[in-house]
Amino acid sequence: MKKVFSRPESMKKNIFHYCAGCGHSIVHRLIAEVIDELGIRGITIGVPPAGCAVLAYNYFDIDMIEAQHGRGPATATGIKRVLPDRIVFSYQGDGDLAAIGIAESFHAANRGENITVVFINNAVYGMTGGQMAPTSLLSQKTTTSPVGRNNILDGYPVQVSEIFSLLPGTSYIERCTVNSPAAILKTKKAIRKAFQYQIDDLGFSLVEILSPCPTNWKMTSIESCHWIDEVMSKSFPLGVLKDLPAAEQKKKKGEQAP
Amino acid sequence: MNKVLMQGNKIIGEAAIRAGCRFYAGYPITPQNEIPEYMSERLRQEEGGVFVQSESEVAAIHMVIGASAAGARAMTSSSSPGISLKQEGISSMAACELPAVIVNMMRGGPGLGNISPSQGDYFQATRGGGHGDYRIIVLGPDSAQELADLTMDAFDLADQYRTPVMILADGMMGQMMEPVVFKTPKPRVYPESFIMKGAGAGKSKIIRGLILDPLDMEEHNWTLDRKYQVIAQKETRHELYNTDDAELILVAYGTGARIAKGAIKRLRESGLRVGLFRPITLWPFPTNELRDLAKKVENFLVFEMSTGQMVEDVRLAIQGRARIGFHGRPGGVVPTPVELANVVMRKYDSKAGIIDHF
Ligand code: SF4
Repeated sequence: MKKVFSRPESMKKNIFHYCAGCGHSIVHRLIAEVIDELGIRGITIGVPPAGCAVLAYNYFDIDMIEAQHGRGPATATGIKRVLPDRIVFSYQGDGDLAAIGIAESFHAANRGENITVVFINNAVYGMTGGQMAPTSLLSQKTTTSPVGRNNILDGYPVQVSEIFSLLPGTSYIERCTVNSPAAILKTKKAIRKAFQYQIDDLGFSLVEILSPCPTNWKMTSIESCHWIDEVMSKSFPLGVLKDLPAAEQKKKKGEQAP
Repeated sequence: MNKVLMQGNKIIGEAAIRAGCRFYAGYPITPQNEIPEYMSERLRQEEGGVFVQSESEVAAIHMVIGASAAGARAMTSSSSPGISLKQEGISSMAACELPAVIVNMMRGGPGLGNISPSQGDYFQATRGGGHGDYRIIVLGPDSAQELADLTMDAFDLADQYRTPVMILADGMMGQMMEPVVFKTPKPRVYPESFIMKGAGAGKSKIIRGLILDPLDMEEHNWTLDRKYQVIAQKETRHELYNTDDAELILVAYGTGARIAKGAIKRLRESGLRVGLFRPITLWPFPTNELRDLAKKVENFLVFEMSTGQMVEDVRLAIQGRARIGFHGRPGGVVPTPVELANVVMRKYDSKAGIIDHF
């Protein structure tokens, strides 16, 4: 008999503490599969955030060092600069990356650090109970925006991928989601590409993932998946925002053609 | 080895490089800008040397965390307001037991204060500084030579006890030029098993300070505390200056101690028997050594460039065994040795002996 499905080697035999229908568990698995497939388990160092994924080191069977809230890309910078041949990624939520850690994330991107950021955008602070996040949508009700996010009082959802794409230091940025089998496969491809670019020394890569948080969205898992398609992805359009190496490749080919 | 004339801030940089520091991250702030400038040039020349001008003080300390975890001897430096910002990371390093050297060239505060030499950060440095139950080793150099020696020692202590170590000096120490001899550094002793560099074919490693179970966290706190007890027993350093026949002992550190030494020279010329007790380690404070002195001497005068912070440690050490006076000049004022000598003269003359300031 042929084994067609098993736990990735880069994953520990622990049971996820994440809520049912949460995107974190899916993304964890995708990252672990990619690490296995690229054969980089032994040289990969992960930096989990503060937030729901703070215990990510209980699930990944790779070296991991905790970062303080928002500081992942700074810690990752320190590691990568000392050990340039290791594969270093930080895993961050929207509060972590786009609020308290925007400076560390922005400047790691701007320096073109050769690291990968996996960015979970679920438009709320998950672990602390569903407060308004920098990526909460306009009119979205949260525990700290009880009548809905109001742009006059609360500003606008932060378009991390769009903003980071403008930085010359970034090489690859894609926004995906994990609300359907097809979307999950696409996300895996994006994560794989991001890690591959790091292996190839091509610079800063970021994969933003619109990720369901049924608990704080107060929806069922299915409703959450629909909400991503019908509402969330209207504010955060999916797709490749930047693929500098591919664009350069294309240009080169164009120049070579007669 | 040759004597060279160097500026204090650059001495710190050179001593760090010689001690094997290969990672520096920092953010510009006066009066310590010569440290990042020096490191940017010197680390460029060293194999594996990394210099990062960070976007913030916060980022700098977290870069140092990453570099330290990855096995590099790492350093950051700043001045008072910048050190406040770094406390999140220092607390985290204490929790995760990561070694690093942090330099604080103190300036006047609170708030933005000014850029003049001050000793107002003593509490922050010696009480841990950030949140949670921890201490860090704090070294208070008072000469160019000690800037060099203690910077080198700081890296060894950080490794030995897996803890952040702070060099606590001030703008005056950073700017002054003095001759210095760089000693030969000791070879680094730091087990490979502490270094995070990917799991290889083996078991994966976690470095973390998050311990959700209060009982486990309590045990971690006690473990750290036991380490601090060992440091307190083994690592205190102090200097005695003209104390043998002294009737009055000044207690001062860093720049304050330099001023005190100048004052003592003058006072001795006038026949006053005054000496100096100078803590070199500010944490651990040389409590027992000072207490021993209080068995022989009745009068102590604490001098600080602050409104009085170390004086609390002096009281804790002496525990009512002797009289303790205080003279302070906060806010970035650097008094002359003459001023301090006059203060001592007034106190010394009074028949009632020293009167406690508070
Ligand atoms: S609160 Fe939201 S993000 Fe956190 S584990 Fe639950 S579903 Fe996932």
